[in-house]
Amino acid sequence: MSVRPNRAASLLAGFCLLLLATLAIASTGTADHSKFKELQGPFKSGEEVTAACLACHTEAAKQVMATRHWTWEYVNPDTGQKLGKKTMLNGFCIGDRSNEAFCQSCHIGYGWKDETFDFTAENKVDCLACHNTGAYRKLAGFAGHPPYERIEFPPKSGKFVEATDLASVAQSIGATSRRTCGACHYFGGGGDGVKHGDLDSSLNKPDKALDVHMAADGLNFTCASCHKTDKHAVAGSRISMTGADPHGAIMRGEKTDRNPATCQACHGDRPHKGNFQHSERLNDHTRTLACQTCHIPEFARGGVPTKMGWDWSTAGKLTPEGKPFQLKDDRGHVIYDSKKGDFVLGENVQPDYLWFNGQVSYTQPDTRIDPATRVAINTFHGTPGASDARIWPVKTFHGKQPYDTEHLTLLVPHTATPDDTAFWYNFDWPKALQAGADATGQPYSGKFDFVETSMLWPITHMVAPKDKALDCAQCHADDGRLAGVPGVWMPGRDRNAMLDTFGFGLAGLMLLGAIGHGGLRFLTRNKRKEH
Amino acid sequence: MSERIYLFTRFERFWHWMQAALIITLLVTGFAIHGSHGLLDFRTAVEVHEVAAWLLIGLWVLAIFWHFTTGQWKHYVPTLSNIDRMVKYYAYGIFTGAPHPYKVTVERKHNPLQRIAYLGVKLLINPLVWVSGLVYLFWGRLQPLMPDGLGLQQVAQLHTLGAFLMLAFLIIHVYLATAGHTPLAHIKAMITGWEDVHDEGGATAKPAAPARH
Repeated sequence: MSVRPNRAASLLAGFCLLLLATLAIASTGTADHSKFKELQGPFKSGEEVTAACLACHTEAAKQVMATRHWTWEYVNPDTGQKLGKKTMLNGFCIGDRSNEAFCQSCHIGYGWKDETFDFTAENKVDCLACHNTGAYRKLAGFAGHPPYERIEFPPKSGKFVEATDLASVAQSIGATSRRTCGACHYFGGGGDGVKHGDLDSSLNKPDKALDVHMAADGLNFTCASCHKTDKHAVAGSRISMTGADPHGAIMRGEKTDRNPATCQACHGDRPHKGNFQHSERLNDHTRTLACQTCHIPEFARGGVPTKMGWDWSTAGKLTPEGKPFQLKDDRGHVIYDSKKGDFVLGENVQPDYLWFNGQVSYTQPDTRIDPATRVAINTFHGTPGASDARIWPVKTFHGKQPYDTEHLTLLVPHTATPDDTAFWYNFDWPKALQAGADATGQPYSGKFDFVETSMLWPITHMVAPKDKALDCAQCHADDGRLAGVPGVWMPGRDRNAMLDTFGFGLAGLMLLGAIGHGGLRFLTRNKRKEH
Repeated sequence: MSERIYLFTRFERFWHWMQAALIITLLVTGFAIHGSHGLLDFRTAVEVHEVAAWLLIGLWVLAIFWHFTTGQWKHYVPTLSNIDRMVKYYAYGIFTGAPHPYKVTVERKHNPLQRIAYLGVKLLINPLVWVSGLVYLFWGRLQPLMPDGLGLQQVAQLHTLGAFLMLAFLIIHVYLATAGHTPLAHIKAMITGWEDVHDEGGATAKPAAPARH
C-alpha cells in the first residue's frame, strides 16, 4: 500500500512534464493547435486530418505537390536525365517499381501503392509525416498510411503496433525535426544508415563530436536550419549538388539563387579565423577543397554502421528446413540475409576523395551497361583543378545486382510486398525479375546474371568540431588521404624525382668533394708545417 | 709577424650569422615540407618556414640598402684576373703549403673565386628562391595573373631548385671556411671582425691572407 502515493506522485509529475512539453511546443508558434476544434477529431484516416489542415493552410498541399517529396520525379537540370525515386536505380534496394506499397511508406502522401495513385488529390498529402512531434509512424507495406488499428508488425513477428491516435498527433503538430526528416532519410535502402553513411539515427540526439551543428547540447540545429525551406520546397539535393560555392555568406533577406544549404551560405568562403598565418593559408585551401573534406574526417561515426557493400547474388540461401535466415557479426549487425544477400558494413569510415562540380549522371533503367567492368550507377563529374570543382569526400559503395544478360540493362527485382512473385516471399529470381520488369516497363529477355556495381554518396553531414578536422599532414604526405587525387600540386606529396636526384646528387658531390679535399689537407698537414 | 685588420663590421657580422641561421632553418623546414625528412611535422615546418622567410627577406632588404649606401657592393664586382691562381692554390698549393695567392685588405675583402660565388648567390640563387617563394606563398591570389602553363608545380620546382643550389653553396662555403691558416681562423674572423693576416715566415713570400670562399 505504501507504493500507492509514490505512484500517484510520479503520475502527477509525468502529467506535469507532459503539460510543460505541450506548452513548450505551443509556445514556439502563435497558435496552439490543441485548442482548434477542427482538430478534435475523431479522424478515421490520414486524409481526414489533411482535409482539416488544409481548411486553414489552404496552399500547403499545392506547395507540397510541386516538390520532389511528392512527385518522386526530378529532371536533373545539369544532365537532362529524368530522375527521382520513382525510376532511379541504386545498388541497395535497387528500385521502387513493383515495391511501392513497401517503399512508399516514405512518400509524403497516403495510398501510393501502384500507378493508379492520384497525384492531384490534395487530401492525399501527408502533413503529419513531417510535422508530427511524436507517436506517428508510417509502416512499410501500407503505401504511406499509418496504422489505423492495432496490428502485428512486422507480420508474424509477435510484436504489435498500436493504432495511431490521429487527433492527438494533429493537435501536437510542430516544425520539422531531425527525427521527422530522419524517419525516411536515415533509413534509405531499407535500414538505419544503410545508404548515405553520413545520415543515420545517431543524429537524432548527437553530441558535438558527431555533429557540431546538430549537437543536442549545443546549437541543436534541425535539418531545416541548413536545408532552408521555402513554400515547402526543401533546398539541397544529392542528385544535383553545389560543388563549389566561392562566395561570402548570404545576408539575411538577400535575394539570391544560391543554395542555402551549402557551408558557405552561412560561413562564407574564407571562414577560418584566429592565427592569421594559419587561417589565411586554410582560407586559400577553399579554392581547392570542399569544406567537408577536412571537416568530416570519417563518416558513420555515431555507432550505426553503413553498408559499404551489398551482394545480391548470394541472396536466397535457405536453411535445410527451407526457411530464410540471417547471419550477424560479433556486434549483432546483420551481414547475411536470405532476402538480400551479403553485406559489408563500415563504421568510422575514411571517405574517398574526388573532384566534383556538383553534376551527377546516373545509369538509368534503360542505360546499356558493360558487364565486364564494374558498373558505375552514378558518376560524379568535375575536372581536376577546374574553378567550378572542389575535392570532395565521398562514400564509395560496391554492389552486385541483377542485370539482363541480353539487353545489358540493370534490372529491378520485385521484392517487398507479399505475393507469389516477390523475392522475399518466394526466393525465386526469375519470377521476381519478371514482375519487376513488368512494373518498370523495361524490355526483359528472361535471362539474367549479377554484375558488380558501384555508387558514390557525397559526404556532407556529421561535421566534426574544428579540433577534429584533418591535420595538414594527413594529406601533405606520401600515401596521404589525397594520394591519388590529380589536378593539384601538394607540397609533401608531390615532388619531381629528376629534380630531387639532381639536387641531392649535387649536394652529395659537394659533400664528397669537401670530404676528399679536407682529407687530403689533413694528410698533408705536416708538409705545410715544414714551410 | 702578423698584422690584424678589422675586416668585418658589426653589421656585416650580424648579417652573415643571421643569414646563416635563417638559411639553415629554411633548408631544414623546407626539406621537411618537401617530404625529404620527418624531423618536423608538416604544419610546424610550414609555419616556421614562412616566418623565417619573412625575416630573411627583411634582412636582405636591409643588407641591399647597406651595400649600396656604403659602397660595399664593390666587393662583389667579379674579376677573372688571378682566378687561375686561386684554382691552382685550392687544387694543389694548399696541400704543399704554398702561400695563399690572395692578400686580403679592407678594400678587397674577397678573392676572385669568392666574388664570383657570392655574386652568384646574390644574383641567381637569392632572387630565384625569393621570387618563387613569394609567388608560392601568395599563389592563392596570384594564380589568376599567371601566364598559362605556369602552375604551382613549376613555381614549386623552381623554389626547390633554388633550395638545392643554396644547399650546395652552403656545403662548399662551410667547408672552405675551414681552409684558413688554421681551421678556425676564418670563422673567428667572422665572429670578431678581426682577421689575423699572417706573414708565413718566408722572407720572399708575400704576406699571405687566408682565403674565404
